[in-house]
Amino acid sequence: MDKPGSTGFDGAPAVTLYDEELPPDNSYAFSPEDLEEDEMILNMGPQHPSTHGVLRVELKTDGEIVKDSRPHIGYLHRNFEKHAENIDYQGVIPFTDRMDYVGSMGNSLAYALTVEKLLGIGVGERVAGIRVITAELQRIASHLLAMGTYGMDIGAFTPFLLCFQQRERVLDLFEWLCGARLLYNYNWVGGVSHDLPEGWTDKCRRFLDEFVPVLDEVDKLLSHNKIFIRRTADIGIITPEMAKDYALSGPNLRGSGIDWDLRRDDPYLGYENYDFNVIVADSPHGPVGSCWDRYFVRVREMYESVKIVRQALDRLPAEGDVQENVPRFVRPLAGEAYCRSEAPRGELAFYIVAENKKPIPYRVKGRSPCFVAMGLFHEITRGEMIADIIAIIGSLDIVLGEIDR
Amino acid sequence: MNGAQIIQRIAAGLGLEEGSFESDPEAKDPWIRLPGDKLAAAAEFLKGDGELEFDTLHCVSGVDWPGDDPPAIEVVYHLTSLTKKHWIVLKTRVARAGASLPTLETVWKAANWHEREVYDLFGIRFEGHSDLRRILLPSDWPGHPLLRDWEWPETWHKIPVKAGRQMTDRAESGQMTGVGPFD
Repeated sequence: MDKPGSTGFDGAPAVTLYDEELPPDNSYAFSPEDLEEDEMILNMGPQHPSTHGVLRVELKTDGEIVKDSRPHIGYLHRNFEKHAENIDYQGVIPFTDRMDYVGSMGNSLAYALTVEKLLGIGVGERVAGIRVITAELQRIASHLLAMGTYGMDIGAFTPFLLCFQQRERVLDLFEWLCGARLLYNYNWVGGVSHDLPEGWTDKCRRFLDEFVPVLDEVDKLLSHNKIFIRRTADIGIITPEMAKDYALSGPNLRGSGIDWDLRRDDPYLGYENYDFNVIVADSPHGPVGSCWDRYFVRVREMYESVKIVRQALDRLPAEGDVQENVPRFVRPLAGEAYCRSEAPRGELAFYIVAENKKPIPYRVKGRSPCFVAMGLFHEITRGEMIADIIAIIGSLDIVLGEIDR
Repeated sequence: MNGAQIIQRIAAGLGLEEGSFESDPEAKDPWIRLPGDKLAAAAEFLKGDGELEFDTLHCVSGVDWPGDDPPAIEVVYHLTSLTKKHWIVLKTRVARAGASLPTLETVWKAANWHEREVYDLFGIRFEGHSDLRRILLPSDWPGHPLLRDWEWPETWHKIPVKAGRQMTDRAESGQMTGVGPFD
């Protein structure tokens, strides 16, 4: 019998997660035998607060100098591509949401566009407008996160608070729109899950009006701060050739001075009808392709996103069923489609192979911009100081959920 | 250049005869399929040719086709030219057992991680790769999961890993599987 006051719980855990047989530890790229005098192997992460998630970096250091480095990824690997072999087309959307969990609208948009390309269907003008609005608001939210946390990595705390306050307002708008704050499941194949609620556009306009002055302020506070420039403007240089060779995309590519934006160069959702500038780094401080350049491209892109959202709100058709083109069953003909789109972190693409009239995709592959950006990490960290590694990781703006998928 | 012109140019540049390779210039994404031994030469040509100038390797994916005759794994390279603003898909097929391909890391450095991923999930070896280690999975993970006949282990170090089939069964029986909270 239980003693008086006992809860009946005997304290034994329900599941034993690990036994004594731990996996063999061969996850080190460098071997202690190959070290020269004064060199050591330093392990950073995966629980390091400045690695933006569970990234582990193995550093070969000589004092404070990083001689070489290797990133180790996979701590968040769920293999959604394997799961997608067992789930119907629409069911994959929540999995894609969880790739880049701070830019979910961009992920489900890219996936929905790919399936629509596969089916050969389009969306109405209202749906396209709503998708543009949500995608650009998501870009603002994602860049705010990048900007705020980057400041904090370097040691500036105030911009972080200001950025998160504004990001919270975007998340509130999304919550009102579809009930979720981070993982929206909003872009469906052929439409979106909910129409804009009454009063949403006014609230959105108000947000944009109030957001721009705050962005100005944060920009003044952080971007041209002397200490910040000294910490970021001359390190982590990605030359234009390197950026192309490693297939970088998004702000990282434009930060290296390459004028390329899918919204302009391979437009989707009618982006060709919007008036906006493609932001390319002009590097007033130091050589082109530095951490500061990548950071500043993001800041200026937010202004462009505001411009796009304003235009989209102005021309949004008042009426229209947002689920008009949503197919009841998605059963494409045999074939394949590869569709890229400009997500907040770069070119997110999905490759889908379909069997004839099957409800389940044969193969889904996600091309993650962060995964590609991490591929050149060892090149740009060589010869830098350990403290600068933090600045370089932050400037690439990675999300581990997307790298590991 | 459009897909048909690119495919013609590749065939002419590599000296491929009409009918000795497969291609589809009319597909949603025009593609050309080359034998594995032509791959390295094709990559060099695609990058170096002044008309094509494919300067970025966008993505490398594997697709397993165990039911085909002969059973094969298809490796698909999506290429982009930032200078010329055109796109092409390069495909190649390798036998499923003991599959190997030349690495394209020497042409596009982006291939390094993509090929590691394909090796990790499909088990294709890339000859000449500088650092062919598993990238996403633990080093003692059983097998290569994206092969269609890969067996799910029940547990891995006592962690339950096997996925359920209820969503598959619903989809295959023709039920509509909603994706929203209110479906």
